[in-house]
Formats: sequence, structure tokens, C-alpha cells
Amino acid sequence: MAGLTTRASTGRHAKPDGPDGAGPIPIRRRRESKAKYGLTDRVFRGVARSGGGLVLLIMVLVGTFLAYRAAEALRHAGFSFLTTQAWNPDGGGFGIAAVMVGTILIALVAVVVALPLAMGAALYIVEYAPRRIQRGLISLVDLMAAVPSVVYGLWGAFFLQWKIISLSKWISDWFGWIPLFKVDGARRGDPLATATVYTSSTFIAGIVVAMMVAPIACSIMREAFGQAPPGEREGAFALGATRWGMIRSVVLPFGRGAIVGGTMLGLGRALGETIAVVMIISPVFRIQPHILQNGTSSIASLIALRVGEASPFAISALMAAGLALFALTLLVNFAAASVVARSRSGAVSDG
Amino acid sequence: MTTLKSAPVGATEPETQPTPRTTLPDRTGPTGQQTPRHLGTIRTTDVLSLIGALAASLTMTGLLWTQLSPFTGVLGYVVTSWILFVLGYALLVSFDENRPTMWDRVTSLVVHSLAVVLLGVLVFVIYYTFDRGWSAIVHSNFFTQDLRNAGPLDPLTVGGIKHAIVGTLIEIGITLSIAVPLGLLGAVFLHEVPGRFSRFVRTVVEAMTALPDILAGLFIYATLILILGFDSSGFAASCALAVTILPIIIRAGDVVLRLVPGNLTEASYALGAGQWRTVWHILLPTARSGLATAVILGAARAIGETSPVLLTAGFTADLNTNPLHGPMVSLPLEAYEAVQSPEPAMIARGFGSAATLLVLVLVLFAVARKIGGRGAGQLTVRQRRRRVRASSRDRDRFAARNRIVDQRQPLAQQLLGPPPDTAT
Repeated sequence: MAGLTTRASTGRHAKPDGPDGAGPIPIRRRRESKAKYGLTDRVFRGVARSGGGLVLLIMVLVGTFLAYRAAEALRHAGFSFLTTQAWNPDGGGFGIAAVMVGTILIALVAVVVALPLAMGAALYIVEYAPRRIQRGLISLVDLMAAVPSVVYGLWGAFFLQWKIISLSKWISDWFGWIPLFKVDGARRGDPLATATVYTSSTFIAGIVVAMMVAPIACSIMREAFGQAPPGEREGAFALGATRWGMIRSVVLPFGRGAIVGGTMLGLGRALGETIAVVMIISPVFRIQPHILQNGTSSIASLIALRVGEASPFAISALMAAGLALFALTLLVNFAAASVVARSRSGAVSDG
Repeated sequence: MTTLKSAPVGATEPETQPTPRTTLPDRTGPTGQQTPRHLGTIRTTDVLSLIGALAASLTMTGLLWTQLSPFTGVLGYVVTSWILFVLGYALLVSFDENRPTMWDRVTSLVVHSLAVVLLGVLVFVIYYTFDRGWSAIVHSNFFTQDLRNAGPLDPLTVGGIKHAIVGTLIEIGITLSIAVPLGLLGAVFLHEVPGRFSRFVRTVVEAMTALPDILAGLFIYATLILILGFDSSGFAASCALAVTILPIIIRAGDVVLRLVPGNLTEASYALGAGQWRTVWHILLPTARSGLATAVILGAARAIGETSPVLLTAGFTADLNTNPLHGPMVSLPLEAYEAVQSPEPAMIARGFGSAATLLVLVLVLFAVARKIGGRGAGQLTVRQRRRRVRASSRDRDRFAARNRIVDQRQPLAQQLLGPPPDTAT
């Protein structure tokens, strides 16, 4: 009895009528509930509230502690924290210019590779796959979203790294005039040219991370594509659309929120990915705009590699870098959440 | 409907009438057996144009590769020939079909190949892990010994990853015992105590799902280990993992609780139950499978996380069952550390650890699929049987009570006379 009281009074109410109350339509006065919660319910609400408070405390503690410890390094470095490329907290300058660029480039390569793959796979599962294997494919993609990143890292470091050199070389040979694909030290057509300039690059790390985030994005897109209203689908077919015409006019507009949201979620994961990147790259601390070239760095891998032997001040510097990374992923996630929330997916449930 | 039944043959032939005023169409038709009509969309020309485009692209790329310009590598060959394949296919289809049909065919081809690439790579990643780790997994000592006595140069018949398996299980146990009660309580709080405070908590939790896992590790490292003076230990790693998966569990649990049909809880309130009884008897049981899925997927995430463990757990080759003291290794960390070594045996051990980890995740995932994957309130076969049994017990009880009432009725009639209704 008691539980319903607060809920019942949360509706929209007309304003109460005046003392004379002589409107054309009698307006009902908002009814105030006098019922109190029973003892059990008060205890329950107290426990739930304190649980929520504890969760909030932990979460806020993580954020504020990071910010608090980072403040020391930030005060010391000042504005140069954003512009310095080197990372020598215990002497000389340190800054996130190089690692931030590396992080963003790896994530961008990952998203550029993962987006078409995830969209293609999601469309295939929903629209093209035979009904027999559909459920199996859904399970497979969802499973792959749960596969640990160290497994992808192993695959990237031991298999992909050596197989993809030829593709890297080919791209840099023929598209090296685009600054992004330029590789210093590569000589076109030289049979004795070393292949090591192409290993451990942003490109390879990006592809490995792409394989990691593609199932996550695919899973979200598949969910949304599958919910596209059947009436509109059949309407498109009835008007003579081909399958692609139907997809373009019904499924893709319906799933636009999920496409953007899934991609952003994947981008967030790609920005924060640590171990798969650590296993691929060889760290350098200067801005590396050539994605095919050996050597790059990312914030997460910087933290993983440097924490072990760091002095207290160096840890503070690492926390500042981590804070910058957190701010970036937070931005991406909130953007994703706001896009997904505006899409046409049903949130109301009534049995 | 794929077949048309042939019309009955008994229709009268109009040949006796001399001049028909109207002509009836000949409805007898061919009397032979009709075959089901094929409704598939694949025609011979489609297959032929596919084969033609494929042959053209392969030969053209071969020509490019060997004669015109010295490309190297298999991957570049595949990419180039795929592009030529799509272009050639578009050209061939455009000979026969109009433009929308051509676009339909081409996009169908592109979608199929993208799906094949992604799903193929995903399967291959799993296959590759097992393939490289196979030489380590097949030795039973891999699961029964730790690496204390096995150096990098020792063969695979010595040493194993027992310490990592035990460490993973201990860490995941502690992680779940922290994160599950807190996570479920948090989810119930967000659902049951609405207001400004819970909206704020929800915003913060959603923000924290963006926290990169390495930062959770860094936080625990800086607080528990550096400030509070704990060892690098399994407990510290569990705390880091719990911080990582807590927002995930709360968020997933919140979504699942929102899926509980509102009229179920309203019916409970209408019957006079309080909030706590409604939560305990209606909300949680209805959402049980979804909540279990949320927890299990969180567990799968926690098991596979390497970076928080890398910062907080330390590394050891010994078996350590005390989570509070001394370094403790988990499977992903073992895999990561083992492949840092250049020795093939250590690398095989690393892949073996990864394969073991994959099996664990696979099992967790299968369990989640089994009990999850159904909406709130949808019952499993066993749950339905239990409900049927409870219901039939109730029926028997009611029937027994009615029998007693029936036996008493004649006595009451004798005492009080016939009921007034029967007189009229």
C-alpha cells in the first residue's frame, strides 16, 4: 500500500483552482497522500539509498582521487603538459602531445576499419543470412565481444603483424605521397629494403583494436536493425524496392542512432584499450603522424609500461595523462549516449 | 505457396455445341505432374556473372602482379582482386539489369564479403589461439603444476599454469563477491528510489562505464598499494576488477529491471504488498535471468582484463592461494608475461594460457546464454513445471477445503432449515 504513494503523485497536474472554484470544468485538486512507509520499507529504502551512496562514493572517489593526484604534476608542468612530446617526469619535461595523438590515431584507424565491417556483418545477419544460421551468428558475434583483449593482442603480435607488412608496404609505396601513409626510410622497389620499418605501427595496432571493437559495435547495430518495423519493410517491398532499396530507405534510417552509438562506444573502448596495444607497438615519444611507420604510443600503454618503476611524482604525471584519457572517453561516451537516446528504440515495457 | 494444383480433368469439352456464343478459355491445361516452382532469387545469369567477374578479377590482378608492376604479398593481391571483382561484377550485371537492380546486387556482394571477413577473422582468432597453444595444452602437467621449477628453456612436459588458473578463480571470486551485491543493490536503488539523488547516481555510473580499465588499476595501485601499504596481491587486483565491472553490472541491471512489466508491480501494490515485498517477490524474481546475464557478462569481462591486474597483482611463477599477501597471477597476465619471452616453449605456454582463458569465457558465455536471452517474466521449462505443480497443489487444497464445506452443509441445513433462495 505504502509503496505506491510517491509514484501515484508524480503525474502531471493541473494547477489547483482558486477559492471560488467557478471554472467551466471542475479541476480536481491534487490529492496529497498521507500514507507513510512501513518499517520494513523504510529499512529497505535506507539500505538501497546507502548502497547507491556507496556506489556513488566509490565512483566519485576514483575520479576525484585521479584529479587530486594529477594536480601536482599539472601544476608543475603547467600549459606545457599539452604541448610537450617527451615523457621524462623525473627530469626534463613531460607532456601528452605525442601520446594523445597516438591514442587518437590508433582509435581512428580502429573505427575506420571496424565501422564498415561491423555494419556489413550486422546487415548480413539481419537481412541476408539464412534463418537457420542467424541465431548461431548472433551468438558468435556476442561471444566475440566477450573475448579478452589479450587474445586479440596475441593474434595481432604473432600473426597479423607479419602478414600485414606486405599490405603496409604496398600502401606506402603507392600512396606514400599522402602524408598520412608516408614511411621514412622506405625505398620503393628496393628488394633489400628492410621490413622492420613497417612493424609495430599505428596501423597494425589500429587493426587489432578494430577486430576487438567491431563485435561490440556489430552487436549494437544488429539489435537495432532487427527491430526495424516489419510494416515499413513490407511497405518498401510492396512499392517495388529492391532489398538494398529497402535497407537504404527503412533499415538504415531506423538504425542511424545505433550506428552512431555503436561506433562511438567502439571508439571509447578503442581509446582506452591497453594490453592489445602494448603488445603491438614499440613506444616512441614524439608525434607520429605516419600511421604505417614503426613506433607510436598511447596513453593507456604509457601507463601500463611506466607504472612499475615510477617515482611518486612520475605516478602523479601518469595520473594526469590518465585523467586526459578519461576526459576524452567520457566525452565520447556521453555523445554516444545522447545519440542512442534519441533513436527510435522502444523503452516502454508493459506486460 | 509454391505449387499450383492442376485443374481437374473432368471439365466438359464444348465440342458438341455448334456455334458457341461465347468462347470459354481452355482450362484443361497440361495434365502432367506439375513441379514446384523455384522461388529462389538466384538465377543462372547471376551465377555466371559472379564466376565471370571472379575469373576476370583474378586474371587481371595476376597480370598486374606479375607483369605490369612488381607488387608483393598475398594480402595486397586479395584486396586488389576483390576491388576488381566488385567492379567487374557491377559491369556484368549492368549489361542485363536496370540500375537499381545493379546496385542491389553490388551491395549484396559487398555486405556478404564484409560479413565473411569479420566473422572469418573472429573465428580465426579463436582457432589461432588454440592452434598455437595446442602443444602446451595436450600435456596434463600444464594444468596440474605451476611454473616454479620450469625455466624458459624447459620443455613443455615440465611446469604449467595451475597457479594462474587458481589465481584467476580466487580473483574472480573476490571480485564478484564485492561487485555483485553492490551492483545489484545499486541497480535496485536506481529503479526503486527515484528522485534527484538517484538521477545523479545514474549519471555518475554512466560516466564511469567510460573509465578505461587501466585507470581502475592505477587508482587501486595509488590508493591501496602506495598509500595504504598493501602488497601487490590478489585482493588489490580484485578491487581493481570490481571497480571496473561495477558500473557495467549496475547499468545492465538497471536496464533489465526497467524491462519488468509495470502492471506486475502495480498489481503487487494493489494487493497491499509493501515496497520491499514487491521488490523481493516480484521485481527480482521476474528479472532474475536478465540480472544473471548481466552478472555473468561482467564476470567474463573481469576474467579477461589484463591491465588492472598488471598494475596491482604483481607477477610470480609460484602457486599462491593467499589473496591478501604476495603476488598472484591470473590467466591473461600469465599469457601476456609468457609471450614476452623469446623461447618457443614459453610462447606456447602463453598461448595455452590464452586458450584456457578462452574456454573459461566460453563456458561463462554459454551459461549466460542458457539462463539469459529470455525477457523478464518468460519462464524456462523447469520454472513452468514448478508453477504447474504449485498450481495443482493449490487446486487440490481448494478441492479438499470444498469437500469439508460440502460435508458440513447438510448439517447446517438440518439446523437452519433450507436456504431462502431455494424456496422461490
